[in-house]
Amino acid sequence: MLTAPQADTRPAAPAAPPPVRHPARRGRLAAAWPYLLIAPTLVGTAFLLLYPVARNLLMSVQHFRMAELIRGDAEFVGLANYTQVLGDPDFWTVTGRTLWWTALNTGLIMLFGTLSALMLKALGRRMRLAVMSGLVLTWATPVIAATTIFQWLFQSRFGVVNWALDALGFHSFQNYAWFAHRGSTFFILVALIVWQSVPFAALTLYGGLTTIPAELYEAARLDGAGAWQTFRLVTFPVLRPLFALVTSLEVIWCFKCFAQIWVISQGGPGDATTTLPVYAFQIAQSLHKYDLGSAVSTLTVLILAAALVFNLRRMFRQEGEAL
Amino acid sequence: MNHPPSRALRRVPLNLAALLVLALSAFPVYWMAITALKPTADIQADTPTFLPLHPTLDHFRTAVHADGFATFWRNSLLVTCGAVLMSLLVALCAAFAVGRLRWRGRRAFILMVFVAQMAPWEALLIPMYVIARDTDMLDSLTMLTLVYFMTTLPFTIVTLRGFLAAVPVELEESAQVDGCSRAGAFRRITLPLLAPGLLSTSLFGFITAWNEFAFANTLIIKNQDARTLPVWLSSFANVFGTDWGATMAASSLFMLPVLLVFLVLQNKVTSGMTAGAVKG
Repeated sequence: MLTAPQADTRPAAPAAPPPVRHPARRGRLAAAWPYLLIAPTLVGTAFLLLYPVARNLLMSVQHFRMAELIRGDAEFVGLANYTQVLGDPDFWTVTGRTLWWTALNTGLIMLFGTLSALMLKALGRRMRLAVMSGLVLTWATPVIAATTIFQWLFQSRFGVVNWALDALGFHSFQNYAWFAHRGSTFFILVALIVWQSVPFAALTLYGGLTTIPAELYEAARLDGAGAWQTFRLVTFPVLRPLFALVTSLEVIWCFKCFAQIWVISQGGPGDATTTLPVYAFQIAQSLHKYDLGSAVSTLTVLILAAALVFNLRRMFRQEGEAL
Repeated sequence: MNHPPSRALRRVPLNLAALLVLALSAFPVYWMAITALKPTADIQADTPTFLPLHPTLDHFRTAVHADGFATFWRNSLLVTCGAVLMSLLVALCAAFAVGRLRWRGRRAFILMVFVAQMAPWEALLIPMYVIARDTDMLDSLTMLTLVYFMTTLPFTIVTLRGFLAAVPVELEESAQVDGCSRAGAFRRITLPLLAPGLLSTSLFGFITAWNEFAFANTLIIKNQDARTLPVWLSSFANVFGTDWGATMAASSLFMLPVLLVFLVLQNKVTSGMTAGAVKG
């Protein structure tokens, strides 16, 4: 469309001989090609991403309950759903818990991921291969399989964790019901998320570490830098973009995590493990308050947008010259 | 070389830490496999055994013969392969347009793909449910396939664009000089060179779709025959009660394809990267 005027000017002379018209038509067709090639992507995005997002926004300003779902008509109620959600102390408890959950998980993942990466770098070839195989095995474990494995590890009666703790002298853990208590359910979910996420962080950071020139470490050693100083003054500054990338990916991932929590505890016991995505789903699925659920979803996306924007800016700075 | 013993000694804590990380990462999976192979009496022993002393395939038999296992397996395979093939085809077109052609709106399109890649899909569970209901696609595998297609598409475009950038455009141009059409040059020269990239991206997509739980759990409500393996596995406790041997056998069977795909993928990703590096 944008190149059409150009193509139109060329055959403007009506008396132009036929050979000229041919390349002109080809030019117009060539100009349309890119748009034909991206058309399926645009159609898919419009129907399966933009439309649901718009639908979500629309529902969040409507009265949309079970009856409206069946009848198909819904009244507009303005921002009443948002007022109700934001005025509910539960929402703020859940938001606070989600932020705390995200910070705790991301912090632990980055800590263990970094330590594992540094360790991999220092290890001998054979040991490194063994540890990397273990990490890849963890990485390849599907979410739901990992979830059932953790349920089995922490079973009260025959769970191996209770047995080990009992054998180590912590006898209060004999037949301890991990999933019946708020704190211990939260702990298991954190352990599960961290266990599953450390491999990605560790292997990515290790990949970054191998690109740092050895001369930098040589120089640091000659200057008498200790291990911590070397990390703080050499490793971290060089890998800062990579650390930022991995951290923001983990923030997004932990924040919107749903399947593990839903399968293990459905947000319980009580509301101990209810984070925003779980909260939105509970409201919509069990209470049939689709309007309120949509409002919570929209607010979730807005909070996440901060992490997204940060990630996008970094991506564009990096890819800038390739565009 | 002056003090080899002290050097080896200094490496002891490091290697111990490595063994600890190895144990922590591999033990849960090992425990799953070993539980699946133990007879129930050993699973319910007061002192757990850490080796399969009396290996049995009973639990695998229970899992495979469970109601609908074959159906759910087929559903998962259909949905996953359908979504991956669709997104591969659509992404290849888009990657070609972005990587090889110059057009207005290209930057905006790439930006859109990046944003879509980071879309918080879990936040769209509710509207997707309502849309599926409005279009009579609730309980249908088609809807699930479409959703998985869209969730893997942006990632596939970005990765294929990367692989495409590694294939020198001069190769295509010289083929065009030799009389190939633009599309012919792409098909004969670039596509074969892109094969490792296509394979590794589709394997990533395979893993994503194979594992997806939230949408499968929301969009398939009434028609239990349209469930996928992750949903079935998550409700395993309802099916088998406290039969942990069968649960772990089912988890192993669910994990096996992903593990195999992952092993293949490791290889292909490296070869794909090398192909990109070798071009110089």
